[in-house]
Amino acid sequence: MPRNQHTTTTRPGTGKFLLLALLLIGALWGCETPNNPYPAKLDDRNIRFTSFSERPKHLDPASAYVANEMDIIAQIYEPPLQYHYLKRPYQLTTLTAEAVPQPVALDQNLNPLPASTPVENIAYSRYRITIKPGIRFQPHPAFARDETGAYRYHQLTAQTLEEIRNLDDFGASDSRELTAADYVHQIKRLAHPGIHSPLYGFMREFIVGLGDLGDTLRASPETPTLGELPGMTLSGVKIIDRYTYEITIHGSYPQFVYWLAMPFFAPVPVEADMFYSQPGLKEKNITLDWHPIGTGPYLLAVNDPNRRMLLKRNPEFRSEPYPDQGEPGDRASGLLEDAGKPMPFVDEVLFTLEKESIPIWNKFLQGYYDISGISSDSFDQVIDFGPAGDITLSQEIRDKGIRLQSTIAPSTVYIGFNMLDPVVGGDNQRARLLRHAIGIVIDQEESIAIFRNGRGIVMQGPLPPGLFGYRDGEAGLNPYLYDWVDGKPRRKSVEEAGHLMSEAGYPEGIDPATGEPLLLYFDTSASGPQAKAYLDWLRKQLRKIGVQLVIRSTDFNRFQDKVRKGKAQMFQWGWNADYPDPENFLFLFYGPNSRALHGGENTNNYQNPEFDALFEQMRNMPNGLQRQALIDQMVGYLQRDLPWASGFHPKDLVLYHGWNYNTKTHSMANNTVKYQRIDPELRLTQRRAWNQPKWWPVVLILGALLASIIPAFLAYRRRQSSPAL
Amino acid sequence: MTRYFIRRLLYAVPILIGVNLITFTLFFVVNTPDDMARMHLGQKYLTEEAIADWKKAHGYHLPLLYAPTEKGSARFSQTIFAQHSLQLFRLDFGRADDGRDISQDIRQRMGPSLAIALPSLLVGLLTNITIALMVAFFRGTYIDYWSVFAAVVLMSISGLFYIIGGQWLFSKLLHLTPISGFDGGLNAFKFLLVPVLVGVISGLGSGVRWYRTLFLEEIGRDYVRTARAKGISEARVMFRHVLRNAMIPILTGVVVVIPVLFMGSLLTESFFAIPGLGSYTIDAINSQDFAIVRAMVFLGSLLYILGLILTDLSYTLVDPRVRLR
Repeated sequence: MPRNQHTTTTRPGTGKFLLLALLLIGALWGCETPNNPYPAKLDDRNIRFTSFSERPKHLDPASAYVANEMDIIAQIYEPPLQYHYLKRPYQLTTLTAEAVPQPVALDQNLNPLPASTPVENIAYSRYRITIKPGIRFQPHPAFARDETGAYRYHQLTAQTLEEIRNLDDFGASDSRELTAADYVHQIKRLAHPGIHSPLYGFMREFIVGLGDLGDTLRASPETPTLGELPGMTLSGVKIIDRYTYEITIHGSYPQFVYWLAMPFFAPVPVEADMFYSQPGLKEKNITLDWHPIGTGPYLLAVNDPNRRMLLKRNPEFRSEPYPDQGEPGDRASGLLEDAGKPMPFVDEVLFTLEKESIPIWNKFLQGYYDISGISSDSFDQVIDFGPAGDITLSQEIRDKGIRLQSTIAPSTVYIGFNMLDPVVGGDNQRARLLRHAIGIVIDQEESIAIFRNGRGIVMQGPLPPGLFGYRDGEAGLNPYLYDWVDGKPRRKSVEEAGHLMSEAGYPEGIDPATGEPLLLYFDTSASGPQAKAYLDWLRKQLRKIGVQLVIRSTDFNRFQDKVRKGKAQMFQWGWNADYPDPENFLFLFYGPNSRALHGGENTNNYQNPEFDALFEQMRNMPNGLQRQALIDQMVGYLQRDLPWASGFHPKDLVLYHGWNYNTKTHSMANNTVKYQRIDPELRLTQRRAWNQPKWWPVVLILGALLASIIPAFLAYRRRQSSPAL
Repeated sequence: MTRYFIRRLLYAVPILIGVNLITFTLFFVVNTPDDMARMHLGQKYLTEEAIADWKKAHGYHLPLLYAPTEKGSARFSQTIFAQHSLQLFRLDFGRADDGRDISQDIRQRMGPSLAIALPSLLVGLLTNITIALMVAFFRGTYIDYWSVFAAVVLMSISGLFYIIGGQWLFSKLLHLTPISGFDGGLNAFKFLLVPVLVGVISGLGSGVRWYRTLFLEEIGRDYVRTARAKGISEARVMFRHVLRNAMIPILTGVVVVIPVLFMGSLLTESFFAIPGLGSYTIDAINSQDFAIVRAMVFLGSLLYILGLILTDLSYTLVDPRVRLR
């Protein structure tokens, strides 16, 4: 066969190859916006697009506690209470309950006491919760029954199991009405050793009988299954009737009601545990931990934590109206336009796995995510600072119709002292003066400006703004670190810090015991270039008073271990509020909560009997002038004793595209998706306008490549045709 | 040859036990079972009882390697090592600490990893060899010098730059491909185009230089001179003689990595949000999920050993003088 004929013959597979190539090209560039990461069929659907960076470990409401888990299960499960979406300061309202329960004080014999009974005389408190009738669980195979009325899938055979790959393979599903028993079952689940609920250790101290139930379960030679829990006794939790149940707790703990707004107290039907505990399902990843059964506005339709999670509207969801009240200004900003309309507004929520911040940000700018935070990398592109230091959006971002909302998070990040340490800790004047001097020279304002792009406010006390007890302005000033000058706080001078050092017996920062600069140790698990820059900065701060700060970098586990054992001298730590009550911050200084001595949350191991006495009074009081006075005293102790050298309350900045409505940042509630509305048509129009493909650079690059090959080809031809010698 | 393979497979057993033991030791030197429990359960309101429950439920309440209170073989079998690591030899990877079946995760994530790694390898190989042959053909000319210079420049640039640059150019500037994500079927093409292109370009510099060196070494040999003397065209010399004789070192580098392609690429998968095995391993290390870490290290070792055996086999295919005994 002549050579050239061979090369031009079409091989049998060539046609298929060309077809495949055309299909691929068609798949890529057949649509109007080829950089669209979603299938075109989703373009005009009423879907909220968002992302998740870490796959959730648990979707069981008894186990889930971290933010990425809450983002999902809070849309599915419904505890009896929730936070009001619009009102500030944050306040509780009903979700499935008829009313927010009020505690009834009881004596040792469980007899009611008058409301005026002193706290120390209250032996128990009882909460009676009545839920609304007619609430139904989402459709699920666990509820399906056969013709005889027996559960269809509660006795799975090996043959049936073979045909099951995922939950959709169960052909039938059903629903049923929510009852008080479902709430009681979930509270019992908190004690089960197979659940590993993070709240069990804490709640067993409060809920009467929870510890006994846990001990019984653990003591059994063969631990009873979750499906057997309804037959076990939990003395402090009782079903009163189909829709009513009671929880009895030890003593008085007014903050208990906030826990009733968290998924830990959401209902779980016993059918779920009976269904999921069957052998063979766990091996197929069919567990309650991965396939929730709730009564909320959404159900988890797709659970692929390696790629995406999809929430869909729960067809059994009752009609819940959008709130008709808010705080002043909400009506003007359009947040009450949907008042009274049935929720949820969005049909589906698609969570896509994203590991890096850069793609998330760029997709947001392209309109493929509806909401975004602002990473440090993109901060300068987004934010302009006004002459007064106020934050505004840059022109480029405003032109896209993007809106900014900023809130101070109910959190505190601080540099703490270990109060058990012989040098920086203790209730003595020398150590106190040293702590004050250090508190003065750590220029937190500078730190926020450098390392957080101004996203935070300097801490004056442990309470963040927005919580009852927080004092703004001069009233909240820490007088040991700041002066009030010209209507604003001014950090005391380094010279004053130097005087304090001299008073403390460290003139010029020299430790008289060694004749050398005082050595202090800062333990951290932070690593990477940004952490190094921060730690260098921190060293520089203490150098202002002659103190040499030694950074003891270690891994996360060792760091935690040191703090747990009280072996760290100085360290950085943080706290996010579980609920919007000052008790949830001030308990971080309560002596019996000392981390090293009692394993509690008081990581500084601060101990002050006067503070403890005030705390015990304050935590049982309703908000009011009397409580504020106690909080002021407690904060005063903390400002004087300074177990936290310095810190800040983070400022959360959230960006919303113009097609988002009813968006109001809520730092306490997680079940906020149902309130939000989007305009899919506007989104589609904007996406198309922002993502028109540009072809000419590709043609240019291909042309340049071709142009570079031609000389080589010509040189090859020349060389081939040239004589050998 | 069969005896050779059986022998090599038997050698693999102590190697895998050793790898397992080293992984186990290194992991538990850094993380105690208590640390793992704390990481899993969170830091808030955590009690010793909760930690004990978690360890018992996951089998981490046992001694690490030796149980002195047990009798007979139970001293070794009633340990974390025996209970958790030896099952790997049955390719039973067990369950992750969050309860998910690891084998199912691996099966699910292997596809996306291969979807990037295999085209990157094949297209990269083809491109590198083609360019290297061209550069070798023009050896000693400006094309050669500038190509080597370009290769060194390409080698000097961080892989991250190519990734971010690729995303910026194709998605952000030209709006031609999604910036990140993954989908199945034909839709995967638009998600894989840039990651594969980035994989090819980031390996171009080192690949071209390496293959050029191989080809130049072969070009200087007697058989090439003889071929030329016979009047064979330069293209035929390069493709039929030089390339074929340079195949052994090429195969050494390529075949050994083929099985390891399953393990995925951390950086690429992370930035392009490809749900592959590279990000799976790193996530497991970060969350101190020993079950996944040991499974992935074991699988990686197994695949690497398989790669080495395949490399030996490939020698016999490209060089008839090689015999495996």
